Amino acid sequence: MAVTDVNRQPVAKPKLPLWVWDAWRIGSSVAATLLGLLALTFFIGRMLPIDPVIAIVGEQADASTYDMVYKQLGLDKPLYVQFWFFISDMLRGEFGNALFTGNKVSADLMRVFPATIELATIAITIGVCLGVPIGVLAAVYRGSPIDHFARVIGLLGYSVPTFWSGLMGLVLFYAMLGWVGGPGRLDVFYIDIVDRVTGLMLVDALIAGEWEVFQNAFSHIVLPASILSFNAIAFISRLTRSFMLAQLSQEYILAARVKGLSKWKVIRKHAFRNIAVQLLTIVALAYAILLEGAVVTETVFAWPGFGRYLVAGLLAGDMNAVLACVLIVGIIFVTINLICDLLYRILDPRTK
Amino acid sequence: MTTVIEPGKGGLRAYLTAEVSQSPTQASLQRLYFGCVRFSQNPLAMVGLAILVVLLLVAIFAPLIAPFPMNEQNLARRLQPPSGAHWFGTDELGRDIFSRVVYGSRITLQITCLVVIIAAPVGLLVGTVSGYFGGWTDTILMRITDIFLSFPGLILALAFVAALGPGIRNAVIAIALTIWPPMARLARAETLTVRSSDYIAAIRAQGAPAWRIVVKHVVPMCLSSVIIRVTLNMAGIILTAAALGFLGLGAQPPMPEWGAMLSTGRQYLLGSWFLAAAPGLAILVVSLGFNLVGDGLRDVLDPRDE
Repeated sequence: MAVTDVNRQPVAKPKLPLWVWDAWRIGSSVAATLLGLLALTFFIGRMLPIDPVIAIVGEQADASTYDMVYKQLGLDKPLYVQFWFFISDMLRGEFGNALFTGNKVSADLMRVFPATIELATIAITIGVCLGVPIGVLAAVYRGSPIDHFARVIGLLGYSVPTFWSGLMGLVLFYAMLGWVGGPGRLDVFYIDIVDRVTGLMLVDALIAGEWEVFQNAFSHIVLPASILSFNAIAFISRLTRSFMLAQLSQEYILAARVKGLSKWKVIRKHAFRNIAVQLLTIVALAYAILLEGAVVTETVFAWPGFGRYLVAGLLAGDMNAVLACVLIVGIIFVTINLICDLLYRILDPRTK
Repeated sequence: MTTVIEPGKGGLRAYLTAEVSQSPTQASLQRLYFGCVRFSQNPLAMVGLAILVVLLLVAIFAPLIAPFPMNEQNLARRLQPPSGAHWFGTDELGRDIFSRVVYGSRITLQITCLVVIIAAPVGLLVGTVSGYFGGWTDTILMRITDIFLSFPGLILALAFVAALGPGIRNAVIAIALTIWPPMARLARAETLTVRSSDYIAAIRAQGAPAWRIVVKHVVPMCLSSVIIRVTLNMAGIILTAAALGFLGLGAQPPMPEWGAMLSTGRQYLLGSWFLAAAPGLAILVVSLGFNLVGDGLRDVLDPRDE
């Protein structure tokens, strides 16, 4: 069976144009993955040692109340019916109530997500602004001190526990030197001065024209964003270096040099242009990975974002909040991967 | 031209560096030898190896190295800064932080080994079965792998810990559940390259059942690349385990797990920074060690980068 597989001709060519075929393939794969995400979160929810009925009615409730809620939650139905309910709830964005905040989980998430987006966006900006140049320089001056420096940065970025560097950063830059603001998004005096428009503190402060609030918010975000970006710098600079090395060894680079273009012009106009698409995709991936880092960083810096919400939900044993968070991160990951894939197809002529 | 080894003459070095190997054993030993030589020429990799050897020795000889028992409290000497008697200071219960860091190395090693022992076979099996049988088996298994891969590791581990309950045992299971998918992918790729080779066809022609072909003839071919992958993953495992400990979902106090120690240290951060400094530094050094060794291994075994 295996032998025939290897020489298998491509399946009968579809009559439809190729892009329809591609769209069907990608679409069905994404749909299957999303269904899988839902199944996995459903399964995790089933594994929870917490009785969902007692979590709602409390331990003192009598048997009739218990039964009523039991039926309301659909727990008397077969498992596949429960799964169907679960899917339809999730697709409508109906994640239930978060017991530890008392609000709807969807409302909570709308409230906390902008804080994380703000943090991650600044972090990725730092990551790109430092990571790409470091990677390019390391590739161009391969084997030089710059290359070794890049290597050390890369290794440290993968090895430093962010919760530790965050704590040490707080001790050094906040407690000892006083260069940055402490935990949280603002000092106490500045809270509730500006109206919430976008939820992004820096943007809201600018919209309200409150320069002082902006400065204060900036001093608070600078340290967590830098700490969070460290891993992204390592990731981006490392991959940029290897992409760039692959380009620089190509003959067209030599040809361009022979024709008299200066070294940096060749790098800028030819080599870099060719790695731009690859770079775009890894930056998108790095952004998604930052969400993971945010869980720890936000806990260290008491940053009221998605990560801290997830951890609070975990510690409170609140399954609605936890499952919603996990599912949403999964969906964001799948979406970003899909966008990367599409960008690749659209922007890189070699994939056609 | 051919250096024929005569017994008792050339010795081990000549055996290992002979231009033409005389037997399959010699060939694989030679490959190993040249790999080791290349590895040892990489100073960073050797630093990494040294770190890991020290970690191993510290873990084995912890009771001899640690000046105090790990849970001995001395409230009269609580929160003392580093000194001659207490190298890394003392914590909020007057326990010697250095001793606790030393004992913590045991927990870190245990977690890492357990995770690998659980996850590597699962990844290997899923990958080889998927690659060997192909068809629907492949589609379904790889779809499941993709689903696990579509969550970032820490988040998935958090979700599993939430389901299983906090604690070090569940943390190990949760981390293992998150790291098998890349190994499965790798094992599948390796399987695809060997499954159509003549030796597999020969074994099949002899009538060997599929499970035997997979276990005895496909799995060994995937082993080396999976081992490298595991080494590269170890730093990630350590960081995830420490993060779970830090968030209060992994090892629980009074266990001297580095992440959990950091979490306690956080409460005394501004007055006594050294509580958090030492365990964090230990995590950093150990994960750096694994990363250096992993990098060195990759350079040796995958020379494309050069």
